[in-house]
Amino acid sequence: MANDYDDLRQIKDQAQEDFVTEIDYAYQSRRGLGEDIVRDISALKGEPQWMLDFRLKALETFMKMPMPTWGVDLGLLDFEEFYYFMRSTERNTRNWEEVPDAIKDTFERLGIPEAERRFLAGVETQMDSESVYSSLKEEWARQGIIFVDMDTAVREYPDLVREHISTIVPIGDNKFAALNSAFWSGGSFVYVPKGVDVEIPLQAYFRINAQNLGQFERTIIIADEGSNVHYIEGCTAPQYSTWALHTGVIEILVKKDAHARYTTIQNWSRNVYNLVTQRAVVEENGSMAWVDGNLGSGLTMKYPAVVLRGPHARGEVLSIAFAGDGQHYDAGAKAIHLAPHTTSLITSKSISKGLGRSGFRGLVRVVPGAVGAQSKVACDALLLDRESRSDTYPYIDVSEDEAQIEHEATVSKISEDQLFYLMSRGLSEKEASAMIVNGFLEPFVKELPMEYAVELNRLIALQMEGSVG
Amino acid sequence: MAQTLEIRDLRVRVEGKEILKGVTLTVRPGETHALMGPNGSGKSTLSYTLMGHPKYEVVDGDILLNGESLLELSPDERARRGLFLAMQYPVSVPGVTLYTFLRTAASAMRGYGETARRNGDQRLHAHLIPAREFRQEVNAEISKLKMDQTFLNRYLNEGFSGGEKKRAEILQMALLKPRIAILDETDSGLDIDALRIVSEGVNHLQTELGMGLLVITHYQRLLNYIHPEHVHIFYNGRVVHSAGPELGEKLEAQGYDWVQAEFGV
Repeated sequence: MANDYDDLRQIKDQAQEDFVTEIDYAYQSRRGLGEDIVRDISALKGEPQWMLDFRLKALETFMKMPMPTWGVDLGLLDFEEFYYFMRSTERNTRNWEEVPDAIKDTFERLGIPEAERRFLAGVETQMDSESVYSSLKEEWARQGIIFVDMDTAVREYPDLVREHISTIVPIGDNKFAALNSAFWSGGSFVYVPKGVDVEIPLQAYFRINAQNLGQFERTIIIADEGSNVHYIEGCTAPQYSTWALHTGVIEILVKKDAHARYTTIQNWSRNVYNLVTQRAVVEENGSMAWVDGNLGSGLTMKYPAVVLRGPHARGEVLSIAFAGDGQHYDAGAKAIHLAPHTTSLITSKSISKGLGRSGFRGLVRVVPGAVGAQSKVACDALLLDRESRSDTYPYIDVSEDEAQIEHEATVSKISEDQLFYLMSRGLSEKEASAMIVNGFLEPFVKELPMEYAVELNRLIALQMEGSVG
Repeated sequence: MAQTLEIRDLRVRVEGKEILKGVTLTVRPGETHALMGPNGSGKSTLSYTLMGHPKYEVVDGDILLNGESLLELSPDERARRGLFLAMQYPVSVPGVTLYTFLRTAASAMRGYGETARRNGDQRLHAHLIPAREFRQEVNAEISKLKMDQTFLNRYLNEGFSGGEKKRAEILQMALLKPRIAILDETDSGLDIDALRIVSEGVNHLQTELGMGLLVITHYQRLLNYIHPEHVHIFYNGRVVHSAGPELGEKLEAQGYDWVQAEFGV
């Protein structure tokens, strides 16, 4: 019997090949790295000198830094293989008619609205939601909220960008942060003024004139004192990336009494290296939540971090990873407690199917003087097949006596008794497995906006079909 | 359609050890049979085997539902043919609410998924009973069992008390509407009020559906509420003696010691 899951993957891989050959780029850099490319990018974007200097310094740093030797196997990653900048033509890059039927079917099955489908297939460079967007845009402007793509931000708010860029993730934080700093393109810039509560989540696809998910997205979010913001990036549907290397950098500053939440779900095709640095600094009594779903890409390294800098700051990282054949996640979370009475909660759920491998790497650090710091780390792994693999690497570094750290880890399999129970009520083995998996992911799914939750459940069911029997 | 369950000389091994040693029993539509026996006699092995748990290996004999052998069928196929097992120890499924589970199961049993597939209906909830319709149905059943509505939002069997689990089993039975139901130690963990409510539920369903019932129990207690026409003594993997309801009372009064003496097993 045809296996929907494999179909889906084939579709993705095929689509990728199809698309790569068909896109007409207005500008494409040569393959590989080099100062000339950095200069070209900066010139094409019409950037000020300080940004070019920033990029050049980052390139120099990148060249000096060694490749990480831990995490996923990056042995096959050859930086000279990739293109570092492409700019597609202004208008649609693909025709809807050219999108293979199989992909259209997948969108249909996932129940994705028409407008989104065109966007996801790369037909539109933005969501066809102009009317919704216009009214929101007015409202945001009235409240003083800035929500633009990074290129626009460099042009229109240079002082703000200059003040904040790489203050939370320094250029030399890791080799991939340096790479991003040199070649960044795309991403969002968000500023929420003091006391402003952004009621509707800011979704990346509302942005105008920007490709949603670039190769080296660079996002900065500043939640000023007492503000509240939820930012959503990505979507559950398969993403036909034409990029094989994705290294994003996300920096978030949560000021006193502010609350920020960053939700992302990525479902890149399997040829993608996904090496992302996400970090938030939280000031006094502020709170930050990373809600992070990983379904796609081949090799992933990603450790959303919360740096709790002010007293009573709170940080949360809630993540899931679904590793199928040929996928390896080395994902996790970091919580750095720098102030008294800071709290962190890290919840990780991973599923490994077939030859999939999913690892959790967590770091909790409490510095001297962070009295009353509390941290709880819970990671649960679910293995669907005998060959599936899960690893846990918890690092705990506590230099303060009056801190309370909890760590729990469980590894489980779908039990024969659970399957039997659900099947005895008329569910097929596949339906029963999908139900158990969805239940396992429930603590994550319930944190998602409704439409994402529904899509995710459906996607998991599709991925589960054919996984057993 | 009423159905007959026929168990023929059933022999079953668990992890290489023979537990059922030739069980023969027939349950016809509308009949109630009680299967009574001491702990370790193989009662639960019988119930799991009937439902098709993969751990139980049938080495000989047959299980027939209206003449069709169930041996090659998976548990869900058996369920869709009308067999139901109210389990002694229902497992928990964290993260899945009782409501979601009930709706998914009832939809599967009533063929909503197949209809959607046949019609090429790919809408997100095409494989489920419409929410409003199912909500009404489930509310009606849940109040009959004197259960609170909030129960539906709890995760399946997770943190349920013994009595709550048993009520949830009967709630499932009411929604899945089986033709043959096996109640495995449904009375254990129930206080006297719950026992009465659950029994009334079962009796009502039996009348409504013309269901055949196989009640597996250790004690007479349940049989004061669910009245069997046939009582069987189960001992050492076999039915050793069958009689009318008076047999249950005798077991209650005298225990199981005399069984060994009388039937030499």
